[in-house]
Amino acid sequence: MTGLLAHDALLVSLGIILLGIIAAPVAVRRNRRDLIALAYGAVYTNFLLVSIATLCMIVALVSHDFSISYVAQVGSRSTPLFYTIISLWGALEGSILFWAWVLSMYSAVAVWINRKREGNLIPYTAVALLSVAFFFGVLLIGPANPFKPVSPVPLDGPGPNALLQNHILMAIHPPLLYLGYVGMSVPFGFAVGAMLSGEVTNDAWITLSRRWTMGAWAFLSAAIIAGMWWSYEVLGWGGYWAWDPVENASFMPWLTATAYLHSVVVQERRGMLRLWNLNLVMGTFVLTVLGTFLTRSGIISSVHSFTQGTIGYYFLAFIALVLVGALAMVAGNSERLRTTGRFDSAASRETIFLLNNLFLTAFMFTVLVGTLFPLVAEMRGAKVSVGPPFFNRMTLPVIAALIFLMGVGPALPWKSASEAEVKAKLGPPFIAAFVSAALAFAIGVRPPYALAAFFFVGYALFANFREYWIGVSARMKAHGESIPVALGRLVRANNRRYGGYVAHVGVLLVALGIAASSAFRAEREVTLKPGESMSVAGQTVRLKGLAGRQEPQRAVIAATMEVMKGDKVIATMEPRMNYYATSSAPVATPQVRSTIKGDLYLTLMAFPQDGSNATIKMIVQPLIPWMWFGGGVIVLGALICMLPVYRRKDVPVVAVPPALQPTSPPALEPQLVDAP
Amino acid sequence: MTRRKSIIAGVVVLAAAFGWLLYGNLDKNIVFFLTPKELLAKGNEGYDVPLRLGGMVKAGTVNYDTATHDLRFMMTDGFADVKVHSQGTPPQMFRDSIGVVVEGRLEHDSVFKATNLLVKHSNEYHPPKAGEKPQEMYRSLIKGSGS
Repeated sequence: MTGLLAHDALLVSLGIILLGIIAAPVAVRRNRRDLIALAYGAVYTNFLLVSIATLCMIVALVSHDFSISYVAQVGSRSTPLFYTIISLWGALEGSILFWAWVLSMYSAVAVWINRKREGNLIPYTAVALLSVAFFFGVLLIGPANPFKPVSPVPLDGPGPNALLQNHILMAIHPPLLYLGYVGMSVPFGFAVGAMLSGEVTNDAWITLSRRWTMGAWAFLSAAIIAGMWWSYEVLGWGGYWAWDPVENASFMPWLTATAYLHSVVVQERRGMLRLWNLNLVMGTFVLTVLGTFLTRSGIISSVHSFTQGTIGYYFLAFIALVLVGALAMVAGNSERLRTTGRFDSAASRETIFLLNNLFLTAFMFTVLVGTLFPLVAEMRGAKVSVGPPFFNRMTLPVIAALIFLMGVGPALPWKSASEAEVKAKLGPPFIAAFVSAALAFAIGVRPPYALAAFFFVGYALFANFREYWIGVSARMKAHGESIPVALGRLVRANNRRYGGYVAHVGVLLVALGIAASSAFRAEREVTLKPGESMSVAGQTVRLKGLAGRQEPQRAVIAATMEVMKGDKVIATMEPRMNYYATSSAPVATPQVRSTIKGDLYLTLMAFPQDGSNATIKMIVQPLIPWMWFGGGVIVLGALICMLPVYRRKDVPVVAVPPALQPTSPPALEPQLVDAP
Repeated sequence: MTRRKSIIAGVVVLAAAFGWLLYGNLDKNIVFFLTPKELLAKGNEGYDVPLRLGGMVKAGTVNYDTATHDLRFMMTDGFADVKVHSQGTPPQMFRDSIGVVVEGRLEHDSVFKATNLLVKHSNEYHPPKAGEKPQEMYRSLIKGSGS
């Protein structure tokens, strides 16, 4: 019943989508507002229908309706309700359904907010978004149909993949990733809409796509950090990034989106890089589809690839279509997109933004080549992999350069800086850089790259905080404001700039966590009898005992470990192995104890049948929690950037406003604008 | 026009340098995946290069020291055998005749020194096939009698 309803809803939505795709261009040609309303209506209706299908799936999952193929595949009566609901994105078909739903939701919001906008930008944007929706609609009817009837109806199912029901982050990482990934379709929609409607020369679409990219970027950043965290908490190796194709797939669009968020400012301020920005928006979208292809087609074996099927060919065809279409459209518009401004000086913010884009793009291509090379080689018959050494060697210098630029960019003015200005702005952070590197050396950091990381992170952290201090102290002097008031008004008056600096600080905290944890990682593996203890990097744990127990959906073998301080037990930890009915291998479940200084990480590696001892892997790494915290700071920065535009007529929007009238009321009503 | 041309030339030079760097590093850091037979067929070229070696644990050859976590076994693909030496507790699934992949290099004493050992089981999710009883499978696993 629910299966039929959902399937019909998806079928009808395909028809509605086609209707919208046809209606919009006709409406524009004949100047018929009623047909435009029809096209917009198609976007809303698609949202409604895909929502119905998604809701049907959730109902089917919760009610254990095993007559529906997807439920029969991932459902199980013994799985707790929470993991039953989130198994919506736990396998291929459900995740495509979720993709389609997020896309339909975003499309409806994007069109609704801008429905009253004049001109042809939004109708054509609707066409672009509906076209993407059409592709996913076809997948859901064809190779990724989650609602296939199952006969005979099984009494119970196997439950979700063991690794995917082992941690709470499984409820957080995938939705964040979809919100980020799919969010990149909306700027793409605006870009295509701008090109089709001929409105690519005015910057309206740039403003819209910039805001949407910002939102999607925030989600994607959070998703990548949450994915690292999941890998760290669940996989038992004590690491968080392995240049795995799946990780790379999420990282590549992040790189190009980051580049776009910077270069778009150059276009807004100086009228340059128009063509380049268009390419970045298109490229980011293509990379999200490529990433979905890599992770969902089964071409790469990992926890993210489910079953192999024909779906890969659909994706390849879609990517080819988008690439050809995008290139043709960009080529057709390239003459119109000539730069109006020009670079005045090497010592200017736009130069730094250009370098930032150069490095981010090179970074993306490095990751792309390293990710795709094994696939190309395999087509020619050789089984190869590209290991972390390639990625590390190629990207560490780029990362160091980008971190340095993060400190230089904010300090330089637009257009041209005088020599005195350059000295005054770029000099002092070097003191912080040397102090930071010296401190790192003093506590024992020796690898050159780690030292360089501390040097550049020190430089950039100081430079970004200094920008805040310059702005705040100028306000305090000019208006006699207190620090919090000055800070609040400074950020409010120029939220994009100061939000950007907050995001910088977040990235730098993540970099610090990575540098410190990889430079100081210490580990040991010891077989302990109850009562025996082991030590790593000054920390000691003692095995209390080993015990097994049965939980509703799994069997558990756990080692009880006592964290010691001298003779006192200060905490107990319980690394364990979980045995799921569906998994032939046990899932090792590490336990982490975090403090502000770093993490203690315990994994149960092995035990004999009589439980007389346990082999424990103990890893001590400093500053790991700073990475997760830094992720939060990045999102905070993005949120500040997305604050509604705050217009004050009498104040020019610059970092240090010239004399204000102290009597003018400080807070006007913030005006909501058409942005997420 | 000359300004435009010089920009294009600059971009081309940069892209070429970058491509050359990429190629050079890829060439040095590709890790081939071989079977014992393919490794031995390489002769002298097989020594001392990073490799991933895949095959089966030859029955009866596993020698594991629980005190030092020193693991030695023979890997076979049915055609050739290679001695493997690794340090660290093998995964719980490790046993005779199971598929394994080791990462490391073949040393000059013809022993493959593994820095990482993976048991080859499918992480890929699949619903149980007819006749497959996962419940019993994992119960027997807890008892340690294998699946």
